[in-house]
Amino acid sequence: MAGVVVVKPGMLTTVQDRGRWGQQGSGVPVGGPMDSVSHRIANRLLGNDHDAATLEVTLIGPELLFEEAAVVAVCGAEFALRVDGATAPMWGPIEVRAGARMTFGPRVLGARAYCAVAGGFVCEPVLGSRATNLVARMGPFAGRAVAAGDRLPLAPDRPTGVKELPETTLKGRVTPLVPLPQGGVRLRVMWGPQEHLFADRTRETLISNRYVVTPQSNRMGYRLDGPRLEHRGPADILSDATPLGTLQVPGSGQPILLMADRQTAGGYPKIATVISADLALAGQLAPGDWVAFATCDRRTALAALRDQEALLSGAR
Amino acid sequence: MSDFVLRPAGDAAIVVDFEPRLDPLVNARAVGLAESIRQSAPAGLRDVVVGYHSVTAYYDPLAVDADDLLTWLGLEARRSRPAGPADGRTVKVPVLYGGESGPDLRTVAEFAGCDEREVVRLHSSRTYRVYMLGFMPGFAYMAEVDPRIAAPRRQAPRVAVPAGSVGIAGPQTGVYPVSTPGGWNLIGRTPLLTFDPGREDPCTFRAGDAVRFEPIDIWPA
Repeated sequence: MAGVVVVKPGMLTTVQDRGRWGQQGSGVPVGGPMDSVSHRIANRLLGNDHDAATLEVTLIGPELLFEEAAVVAVCGAEFALRVDGATAPMWGPIEVRAGARMTFGPRVLGARAYCAVAGGFVCEPVLGSRATNLVARMGPFAGRAVAAGDRLPLAPDRPTGVKELPETTLKGRVTPLVPLPQGGVRLRVMWGPQEHLFADRTRETLISNRYVVTPQSNRMGYRLDGPRLEHRGPADILSDATPLGTLQVPGSGQPILLMADRQTAGGYPKIATVISADLALAGQLAPGDWVAFATCDRRTALAALRDQEALLSGAR
Repeated sequence: MSDFVLRPAGDAAIVVDFEPRLDPLVNARAVGLAESIRQSAPAGLRDVVVGYHSVTAYYDPLAVDADDLLTWLGLEARRSRPAGPADGRTVKVPVLYGGESGPDLRTVAEFAGCDEREVVRLHSSRTYRVYMLGFMPGFAYMAEVDPRIAAPRRQAPRVAVPAGSVGIAGPQTGVYPVSTPGGWNLIGRTPLLTFDPGREDPCTFRAGDAVRFEPIDIWPA
């Protein structure tokens, strides 16, 4: 089976798909792409199932060698993408010949890009998913990031030219659909589930200040640095579920924004939760970026998600 | 008056929160409710997670009307009964206590002011309840440990705890399903594989289970 060989792995390149849903009750983390919108668009541009495995590229991209011809799409963070030394476009299908080398070059904006191939990378699922979880060590390559010399098999019956791609509602090149952070982002949150466990003025503190993503951040969560958030009582609670995008606050008063590889449950109060429509944007943050939070109600959150979904499906 | 609160957690999850205390009856309500939610499994429901005193229902906001879901969860929570002992199972966990298998057995004995054998006797003479799973795949939070041996977490977590290690952290006890860093006091080790992704039922424990630890003298070949 033809494959893609990892020549240089980059900083942190992992195989991701939609993740492991339905098993959090057994402590199995969901995982999946940090920016699921870019992941889905990359697949969609190639006519793949939106759950097809892609490569999530982080800050410094890999160098990939294509043993056989393939059609590729790269979406998400902006990199100076090149194929065999020539500039290649993001956000659209690229035909790649057998023996071609793809490099990501310097990062321009955002933190994570998604590289999809028509037909998908062929990996054995673990608990129904090919998502790499570095902490639980699940997924392809025994749950580690890809390393030099690794080979990602391509589907034998894959399309190798743009003309062979299945019918898809997103055609040709699209304009970037995730607005990449320019030094920082504003994320909309809904209060809760435990805002009642915080002191009176704490909500105001959270929404009237900027927080900075510290270097102690990873796919599990972003440790943020900023004005202290005060608990009303103890900072420990009896553990409960930890949703994607929730802001949990340990005793230090510095919030942690829980991301894709978060554990399924935790014992710190959660003051607010980022709305679904802003999670992809959160996934594009890098250490040093600032985050501001704005309150949002459920109606607005749903409208924003519907808009995003319409863009994704190419409906407008 | 209801004995629970519905708390939205963002636009894709709702927490049904019972009384916030470590209580087998409160947890049994949560386990019972989670069971009835899973059985009805309304379209768009993505996951159900039991906490010590809560159930979190994850849903797809594009497929489910949150108001409808809130109403339905409220009805189900009101109707829910504690999952009785008849619903639970008893899982027996063989444990080789002490020595290399339980490097902290002596520390716990010092905490308790007794000898190691007494710690083993106290730990293995109770039936524990699995309150919830979390921390890592297959990790079951069990309680309540005899207060005499409820030694607090280690100051410095170990970099690697071998799979199968049995630990104590305050009133909680548990089995590490895979090798991982960890801060619990390790008193023994089980040959039981408590999590195996290749198995049809990967996870040995479920919330609501009763668990007994049974001392063994030699590690099975």
